[in-house]
Amino acid sequence: MLFQPINRNYHDFSIVRDKDACINCKVCIRQCAYDAHYWDESRQKVMHDNAKCVGCHRCEALCPTSALLIQKKKSEFKDNALWKPEFIKYIYKQADTGGVLLTGMGSPVGNIPVYWDKLLLDASQVTNPSIDPLREPMELKTFLGAKPVKLEFGKSKDGTPKLKTKLSPNIELNYPLMFSAMSFGSINFNLHVAMARAATELGICYNTGEGGLHKTLYQYGKNTIVQVASGRFGVHRDFLNAGAGIEIKVGQGAKPGIGGHLPGEKINEMVSVTRMVPLGSDAISPAPHHDIYSIEDLHQLIFALKEASEYRVPVSVKIAAVHNVAAIASGIVRAGADIVAIDGMRGGTGAAPGMIRDNVGIPIELALAQVDQRLRDEGIRNRASIVAAGGIRCSADVVKAIALGADACYFATAALLAVGCTLCGKCYTGKCPWGIATNDAKLAKRQNPDIAAKKMVNLVHAWGHEIEEMLGGMGLNSIESLRGNRDKLRAVGLSDTEMDILGVKHAGR
Amino acid sequence: MAKKITLDASGIYYRQFNEQIREAVAAGATDIVLTNVNSQRYLVGAIEGDLNFEIQGVPGQDMCSFMRGPKVRVKANAQDGVGNTMDDGTVIIEGLAGDVVGYAMRGGKIFIKGDVGYRVGIHMKAYMEKLPTIVIGGKAGDFLGEYMAGGIILLLGMFSDKPSEPIAGRSLGTGMHGGVIYVRGEVPKEQIGPGLTAQPLDESDKLVVQGIVKEYAKELGLDAKAILASDFVKIKPFSHRPYGNLYVPA
Ligand code: SF4
Ligand code: SF4
Repeated sequence: MLFQPINRNYHDFSIVRDKDACINCKVCIRQCAYDAHYWDESRQKVMHDNAKCVGCHRCEALCPTSALLIQKKKSEFKDNALWKPEFIKYIYKQADTGGVLLTGMGSPVGNIPVYWDKLLLDASQVTNPSIDPLREPMELKTFLGAKPVKLEFGKSKDGTPKLKTKLSPNIELNYPLMFSAMSFGSINFNLHVAMARAATELGICYNTGEGGLHKTLYQYGKNTIVQVASGRFGVHRDFLNAGAGIEIKVGQGAKPGIGGHLPGEKINEMVSVTRMVPLGSDAISPAPHHDIYSIEDLHQLIFALKEASEYRVPVSVKIAAVHNVAAIASGIVRAGADIVAIDGMRGGTGAAPGMIRDNVGIPIELALAQVDQRLRDEGIRNRASIVAAGGIRCSADVVKAIALGADACYFATAALLAVGCTLCGKCYTGKCPWGIATNDAKLAKRQNPDIAAKKMVNLVHAWGHEIEEMLGGMGLNSIESLRGNRDKLRAVGLSDTEMDILGVKHAGR
Repeated sequence: MAKKITLDASGIYYRQFNEQIREAVAAGATDIVLTNVNSQRYLVGAIEGDLNFEIQGVPGQDMCSFMRGPKVRVKANAQDGVGNTMDDGTVIIEGLAGDVVGYAMRGGKIFIKGDVGYRVGIHMKAYMEKLPTIVIGGKAGDFLGEYMAGGIILLLGMFSDKPSEPIAGRSLGTGMHGGVIYVRGEVPKEQIGPGLTAQPLDESDKLVVQGIVKEYAKELGLDAKAILASDFVKIKPFSHRPYGNLYVPA
């Protein structure tokens, strides 16, 4: 029996300090939110405690003499094909505490294929020549919402044709991209400001997540999707009328079947006002919406929201990608949703039980392909747009998602990486040393909304250029021509079943 | 100056009828009578202001959802979803109500004369001066006050059509982490959610109950003294952080 807690013995990282380079300036002490560095009075120098390090690299990045190196702890367990180190450590921790394993952002389980990496894009050669986006117009504009089956025209008084069909409200995006839901509370206000400004500058949307919308952000409403989750935090008529769309969050890819839970520590004054919950008490979102137990109930809520917003904005329903996702999506569209957002199992989260995060749900690629196909087969694809979420890492992933049938992609982890997140996966502690997943004023100050917005804008500009280039390469001049165009995709190393589900041929065919 | 108007719901689909209501409100109507209502949904949904509604007939699902301010009197029974995510105002139902009354309700009052169905008062929450209150004159189905985060539920069990049922169904207050449920008389122990117990009222509770009962009785023409002529018990959460110790960092 060990005499000290197991995680002191088998921790994940080692802090390596170059003694010659270190000038004892104490920057690392101030930067580390986990107190891994400390001033040792008797030795008169900065020391550290490896067991406390979560591997966020903040100190390493800010050390003025580059004296620090954060690396995986070298000590390894004996090789074992079954008992990988994380499983061994899980057991030690649970034996110590009896607790449910809690994780944050990340997706460490390695053996579920990332299908993006098994799909390749096409390019034109000789026939149907490729297009140079720098020289020729390239259309990335995307409209989300229901589309009519046909258009009818009449004539106006002066004889010019006039559209008779009444169009459903749509969200207009300059790029097929949106910042995915991250609630105010799970990330701090500076980042909500940054997302709102970036979305406005880019002409796209960001999603409020389930924590309501702070009054000062109502001005960015045209570029905002307001989210309604089971906890209904901060949901009221002004909120519902503040955005360009309303999203009902049914599920989240990182934790299908699980509700949300913002711990009291993260509920400061501003979060409390926005969520309309008392300071410091837990904000718990039940797993289901208890007013939705069926597709009929979902229909009821969709139309309650449409009534509340007087049918001015489209209503989206977000679900986690799970086994019968295609049938569920069909039900959602028939229930009256204008947008179906599907979140794959690799989606990020501020806090999720580890077992759920790593074992529940299916990858977005498979879910997306099946949903698009099902809605086409049923002849209802025009009634709703599809937004793919959960593990979009780069512009090629976006292009592949659109070829698999998405109208647009949600991305969130990439947006946080853009502002410095290092995927340490400890968001649930509320002590994010990069000032992201924290409401501690001292830490949150590390994010400057102007700089953060600029970085997010840069990222989307860069992706936009790349998307244009890939489109041009395929001889397409509009993102519309790529939607559901699976002929532009080929698979490498996938089984017949996988290719059948994805609706793609093998490379070489 | 009160401006009165009557709108006839006969044969009108809810979407058009709600539009008429919104137009009437926009035109300055303050006292609105809805006649021949026959299950039209979302009545008085998301409407704001100091307005009075009287509903004649049975309103449909999600009546007064997202409502902020009006006083609504239903002269008959109501269906499911009354006061969904309601913000403020008063709803008085002279009959019974269905399931999911006051889901995630944040403020205002719902007074029901008779019984209610399942999942009533789930995830009600209080905030600052907002203190949502539901009074049920009859009995309640399962899951009353589940996940309750704030506010008050008062269950009387008096004006019920279900003489053989217990006053509240199963799982009363399960996962409750704020607010209080008062019950007239006793609640069978096995109906109460895990970790919760029914306790006697203290003086401040009694004052709260008296205040609510008086208002309720007045609105529904009942005898407050008769209602108060019994002991009450209260069910309160054992913790504001029910899941505080559930987890270990992975
Ligand atoms: S937790 Fe982050 S800041 Fe602290 S020692 Fe580890 S890498 Fe450095
Ligand atoms: S947001 Fe912060 S806590 Fe979360 S993974 Fe990124 S750096 Fe770590």
